[in-house]
Amino acid sequence: MSATPLLKVEDLTITFHAHEKATVAASGVSYELNSGEVLAVVGESGSGKSVSALALTQLLPSAPTCVVSGKITLEGINLLSLSEKEISKYRGKVIAYIFQDPGTSLNPVYSVEFQIAEAIKIHRPEISDVRAAVIQSLNEVRIHEPEKVAQQYPHELSGGMQQRVMIAMALACNPRILVADEPTTALDVTIQKEIIDLLAHLCRQRGMSILLITHNFGIVANFANRVIVMRHGKVVETGSAQHVLENPTHPYTQGLIACIPRLGQKRHRLTTLPTELS
Amino acid sequence: MSLPLLEVRNLSVDYPGRAPWFFQKNIPKRAVNNISFTIPKGKTVGLVGESGSGKSTTGKSIIRLAPCTEGQILYEGVDIGNKSNRDFLPWRKKIQMIFQDPYNSLDPRSDVLGILSEPLEIHFPQLSKADREARCVDLLKKVKLPAEYLYRYPHEFSGGQRQRIGIARALAVEPSLIICDEPVSALDVSVQAEVVNLLQDLQEQLQLTYLFIAHDLAVVEHISDHILVMSQGKIVEAGTPAEILHNPQEEYTRTLLAAVPKLS
Repeated sequence: MSATPLLKVEDLTITFHAHEKATVAASGVSYELNSGEVLAVVGESGSGKSVSALALTQLLPSAPTCVVSGKITLEGINLLSLSEKEISKYRGKVIAYIFQDPGTSLNPVYSVEFQIAEAIKIHRPEISDVRAAVIQSLNEVRIHEPEKVAQQYPHELSGGMQQRVMIAMALACNPRILVADEPTTALDVTIQKEIIDLLAHLCRQRGMSILLITHNFGIVANFANRVIVMRHGKVVETGSAQHVLENPTHPYTQGLIACIPRLGQKRHRLTTLPTELS
Repeated sequence: MSLPLLEVRNLSVDYPGRAPWFFQKNIPKRAVNNISFTIPKGKTVGLVGESGSGKSTTGKSIIRLAPCTEGQILYEGVDIGNKSNRDFLPWRKKIQMIFQDPYNSLDPRSDVLGILSEPLEIHFPQLSKADREARCVDLLKKVKLPAEYLYRYPHEFSGGQRQRIGIARALAVEPSLIICDEPVSALDVSVQAEVVNLLQDLQEQLQLTYLFIAHDLAVVEHISDHILVMSQGKIVEAGTPAEILHNPQEEYTRTLLAAVPKLS
């Protein structure tokens, strides 16, 4: 393991202020992401996993609605202290995102080519032949007939294809870190496998780090190197993916893993989380 | 053998397609192509397949959210697929549906009492207002929600709670057959387990019959007595969960099984 991690998150605390009350979405979250590593963040809805990923590039509402404290260090620079103008150089360029629902993340009124080209023009002005770069990025995500797809609009594509376009867009600027926020939740199992295989391939090929937010332990087992488990805004367990899945130490992790129906192990009832944990 | 609760014979469903040119006739799109299956009373039949395989369309055509173009749908031996909408009314309360997305399937402007009492007003017009309210409280109890939720609105609930309200709404008219269209795919694993257990408890208590549509093979295997695998509008394989899992005959079923991420 390299001595200095690529990204270091220390004591990240996120508080939302609304309706005269404060809601702590994340408190004291700390983790490290090494280069070329796949780190999975697991937790239920409301555990703060997406919010803490959005904080990396200041994508949350500004103060006073949302107060973010702590330190997020990337190559010696604290991302939280950057101004809006400075952070926009990181957003999409160094840290890129893929969101859960490709149907609503793509702009319905622009063609695929326009949307990918927009990202390239902003972040990589040195590229002169933008069109070729778009086609190449579509090729990389294994889209057949990229020239044809480039001219299409999001509604003409299936969910799996839309997600590929999202990945192509995120990768077009050669990011160091890819934040994949539940990239396959909206997709079928067979398409899910293709997308995960594709991400794993791209991660190896480019030495890119992936922060994978998911609640699917199956994907964690197959794809992630390390895992952090979050609950109510706190990290309850960290470790290598294999270790956490085989010997979970925190009762919450044990409960979550026990809930999963397993193929070929039919039980009369599914285990649920004990009430004190849910 | 006694009569199955539901029998589908050679069902085909066409959706209106697109005309190649404006003066030409449009070419219908066949979503379900000549499928037949039976659902015995009190059992759960699982229906799996990819998006676009026609599994939801099959469920929808049983309760007339999709047209039954060809074939027959027999409920206790009576062909309900070819009845007029008016004649179909008595069967509407025997067959109910639970939808995939608990966020979009509840009316945001109606409180839980309104959501649960609307089907009662239609199918049990003889009930007084107080009786209806008492029944709604009873329904909430069945799905393990406290009675004070009656006056709350959908946005105040979590996904799992909303799905329970969707289940309560389906149960309101005392149906025998419930079509569950991906009822747990939008939920977290822990909530998913609770909702699946609830569905199984209700089946035992009320002798319900389920058509369980999902793409998650592990959940389908857990809940079903019989599984149908659909691909491109056809049933490609049918069998007990053990047969499908341990001895899949079709290439497509093997692909589906291989795609499920395995723990450890």
